[in-house]
This record gives sequence, structure tokens and C-alpha cells, in this order.
Amino acid sequence: MNESDARTAVHAAIAQVAPDVDTGQLDDGARLRQDLELDSLDFLALVETIARSTGVDIPESAYAQVGTVGGLAAYVAAHG
Amino acid sequence: MPSLGADMERGKLVEWLVKPGDYVHRGDPVATVDTDKTLMDVESFEDGIVAELLVEPGATVPVGTPMARITQTPAAPPPRAAPAVPAAVPASAAPPVSAPPVSAAPPPASAAPPVRRLARQLGVDLALIRGTGRDGAVTRRDVERAAAEPAGRTGRIRSSPRARTVAAELGLDLGTVAGTGPRGAVTEADVRRAAEAAAPPVHAEARRPPAGVPAWPQAEASNGPTEAAPRLAGLRRSIGALMSRSKKTIPHYYLGTTVDLQAAVAWMQAANVQRPVSARLVPAALLLKACALAAREIPEVNGFYAEGRYRPSPAVHLGVAISLRQGGLVAPAIHDADALSLDLLMERLRDVVARARSGHLQRAEMADPTMTVTNLGDLGVESVYGVIYPPQVAMVGFGHIVERPWAQDGMLGVRPVVTATLSADHRVSDGLRGGRFLARLGELLQKPEEL
Repeated sequence: MNESDARTAVHAAIAQVAPDVDTGQLDDGARLRQDLELDSLDFLALVETIARSTGVDIPESAYAQVGTVGGLAAYVAAHG
Repeated sequence: MPSLGADMERGKLVEWLVKPGDYVHRGDPVATVDTDKTLMDVESFEDGIVAELLVEPGATVPVGTPMARITQTPAAPPPRAAPAVPAAVPASAAPPVSAPPVSAAPPPASAAPPVRRLARQLGVDLALIRGTGRDGAVTRRDVERAAAEPAGRTGRIRSSPRARTVAAELGLDLGTVAGTGPRGAVTEADVRRAAEAAAPPVHAEARRPPAGVPAWPQAEASNGPTEAAPRLAGLRRSIGALMSRSKKTIPHYYLGTTVDLQAAVAWMQAANVQRPVSARLVPAALLLKACALAAREIPEVNGFYAEGRYRPSPAVHLGVAISLRQGGLVAPAIHDADALSLDLLMERLRDVVARARSGHLQRAEMADPTMTVTNLGDLGVESVYGVIYPPQVAMVGFGHIVERPWAQDGMLGVRPVVTATLSADHRVSDGLRGGRFLARLGELLQKPEEL
């Protein structure tokens, strides 16, 4: 999957898990927990949503790489 | 209007989920209620036919007000009124709270049978009339006046509650729908017909909310900031009132300890590797389970203090403090958390958080936690000393799970640890028992496979 499709999928998943986040204003450096205030259950829901929409299953061991919007998009692009 | 929490005095009916003539089972959700804190589903307390809805959506009524009348069978004579939602009633374990006792509930179905008959003849919906008689009873004059009012003149369109709900769901203005019911009342069928006529079938799919997205947040979003602001202020006020009461009446004492989570985290990660995302565990599930098991062993932290005496609870209904994304928090219960397997507990946790955020918690979940857990760890703080929710007697706090140097058996290593705290009620226990609770909690977390 290319970067742009991955970013679109990530933004869509964030919009679904956290409807109050304005995904139009998201920059790649935004941290999912600290900046978007996703808790561990929101994060799990996000990982699940992405697995459903893109087929990319992010294992727990990779959670450290996907702490930001950009990191998440890059992971999805590399594995999708 | 049932009491949905110790601090609740009144509630606003947001919508009816049933209409007259519907058959309801005990436990079926019948209405959505706004408690200042959150939206919640209220369930029926008995089996039967919904005979009449007594409260209009949008109305705010005190706890104990009858909301609907349910008859046992369609043939049952209407005067034998049974309140669908009896006053006040935290489950059996809960002590009486601010709600009036059941016997003090005002008489339900406040319209005499002849008035009812007249209303039926004139096609007037009794639920829409404000009674001027004794105790707010609807009189013959009230009904005649309502019938004489031309539909629409007062800005109110004659319609059934169900029709209004459906119209709201479909985004349809009731004023644009031609009514075919009594005296031109708009019925559900009218609304559905109008909606179908308005939207070509191609768009039918688009009107449906996307799968997995509950309808409520959307409805709230469309209300915009004008509605959200007072709602948030109300929530802040009611949290403030409850916490002030807690701090004024409960002599809190506080304990904290650092728990080694190496075994728990390693066990969880190994378990998660084998699982699809949907079945993965989060550390909070392990912490909650250990907490529930420890609470079962130390009854001084699990129960209710009311009217000068403490009643330990035989069941552990673990309240989970959940922050709402739009602000504020609620703490519904996971019932019998000590008896649930970790997988089931995880499932319940995800379910209750999702419903708390979409406004579909149930009455019992709000009314009867026996102890509450707050977990601010996700936002990065290392420790949290919570304020006890009266009439409970303990609040457990977990901070962020962090890696720290950890010395054991003369060796130094780096391990994941968490700070567990206990705020407890000195009228019920001392530091010794509270300390025992935290120590047990820590021990239980060393054997995650047994949780």
C-alpha cells in the first residue's frame, strides 16, 4: 500500500475511534496517547479497525513503532 | 424515573424506545435518560404491555416519578396501574440513597379512567398533556383543551413518541409529514412513508449509520457546541457536588505501593501473540481482575456505608472510572468481576467503555458498583489517589506502567512497574486492612496465569 492510501486509512480509523478528533488538522507528529488522548482500549480499537480496513495486523511487539500518526501510517504502508 | 446513582435527583427523558402497545420484558431498555452525567438506557421492571407513556421526551422529572404504565396483558383493565419504573432502587445490595422510598412514589397514571376514555375518543395523547388537577392529574378540561388546540398552532405537531423518535433518526422534520392518525396525528408509518418518498432508494444505504458506529455520538455531534456546553457544565456540577459530599463526609486515608509487573506483562504479551486483535488483552484487564479478587478477600473495602453503618457486599461489582472524550467521567460497574475469566472481563470492559461513550449504559451498572477503580495510567501520570464515590468505601488507583530499575535478591534489573493506590474510608477500615488489600493485589499480579 502506498503512503497516501495508508495515511487515508489511518485517518479514517482515528475518526471512527475518536469522532471528536479533527482528522483534517492531524499532523504526522501527533502522538496517539498524549496528543489525541487515546487510552489503551481506544488504541486497541484503532488497531482492530485498521486490521479490518487494510488487512494489516499490528502485533503488540510493534506498538512502540506506531505511537504517532506518521508512525502508524508508515507501518501500514510497509506491511499492507 | 429510577435513581441511576447516589447523587442523582432528577433525570431528563431523551427518548422513548418503546411505544404504547409494545410488549416489553423485564430488563428490556424502554427509554434513554440524560442524568447530567451521561445518557443511559432505563429498563422495564416488569413484563407486560406498554399502556401509556406518562413523560414526554425533553421533560426533566424528579427521581421517583412514574414514567410509563405497563399492564400485565392487553386485556387487563387500565385502572390497575402499575408503574413501569418504580421509584428508587439501587439493587438489593445498595443502601437507600437520596431517592424517595418506593412507598413515597406519587400515584402513577394520573388520569381517571373516564378522562382516559375521553382522551381516546378525541385522539389526544395523554402523555403530551400537563395535568392541572390534584397531584398533576390530567382532568377532563385538560383533555378538551388539548383537543381544541389545532395541531401545529402551538408549534407542537400531534405525533406519537415513536414517530418523533423515528423522524429524528431519519432526520425528518415532523412538520413536513402528513398525519393519518387520530386528529391528524403523525404516526410512525407516516414518518417512514414520508422518508421513503423523500429519499430515492439509491440513498437508502447512505442514511444508515456506518456499521459499528453507534447512532448517539452522531446525534450529539449534530447538536453542535450549543448543546454540548451546558451539558458539560451540568456534568461538572454534578461531579463537583458528589465529590464535595465525599470529602465532607468520608474520612479518607491513603496508601500506595509499587507493584512489579514483569510476570504479568510477560504473560500477557505471550498470550496476545497467539490472539487476533479482537481478543487481545490490555494490562488494565489484569489489574482489574486482581483488584476484584483482593476485594473479595478483604470485605472492608467492598461495600456501602450508609445511615451510620457499613454493609460489606458479598458480590464484587467493580466500578471502572471512564473518561468521556467530550469531558467528564462516569464509573459504571462490571458485575461480579471476581468471578469472570480474564477474557470475559476484557470483553465486558470493552463493552462498558464503548457504551459509556455512546450513552447506552444501563441503570444497574450506574447504581451498584461496590468499589471503584481509576486508571489514569494511559495519560502518563504515575500515581492517582482517587476520591471515594459515596456510598462506596474505597477507590483503587493505578498509574502509568513504567520501566524502572528494580532490585530483587541483591540483583538490579529493569522491570515494568505500576503504582497502585488505595483511598479508603476510615470509618470502616484502618491502614492495616487497607495495606493488606494492596499487598494481596500485588501478590495476585505475580501469578497472572491464575487470574
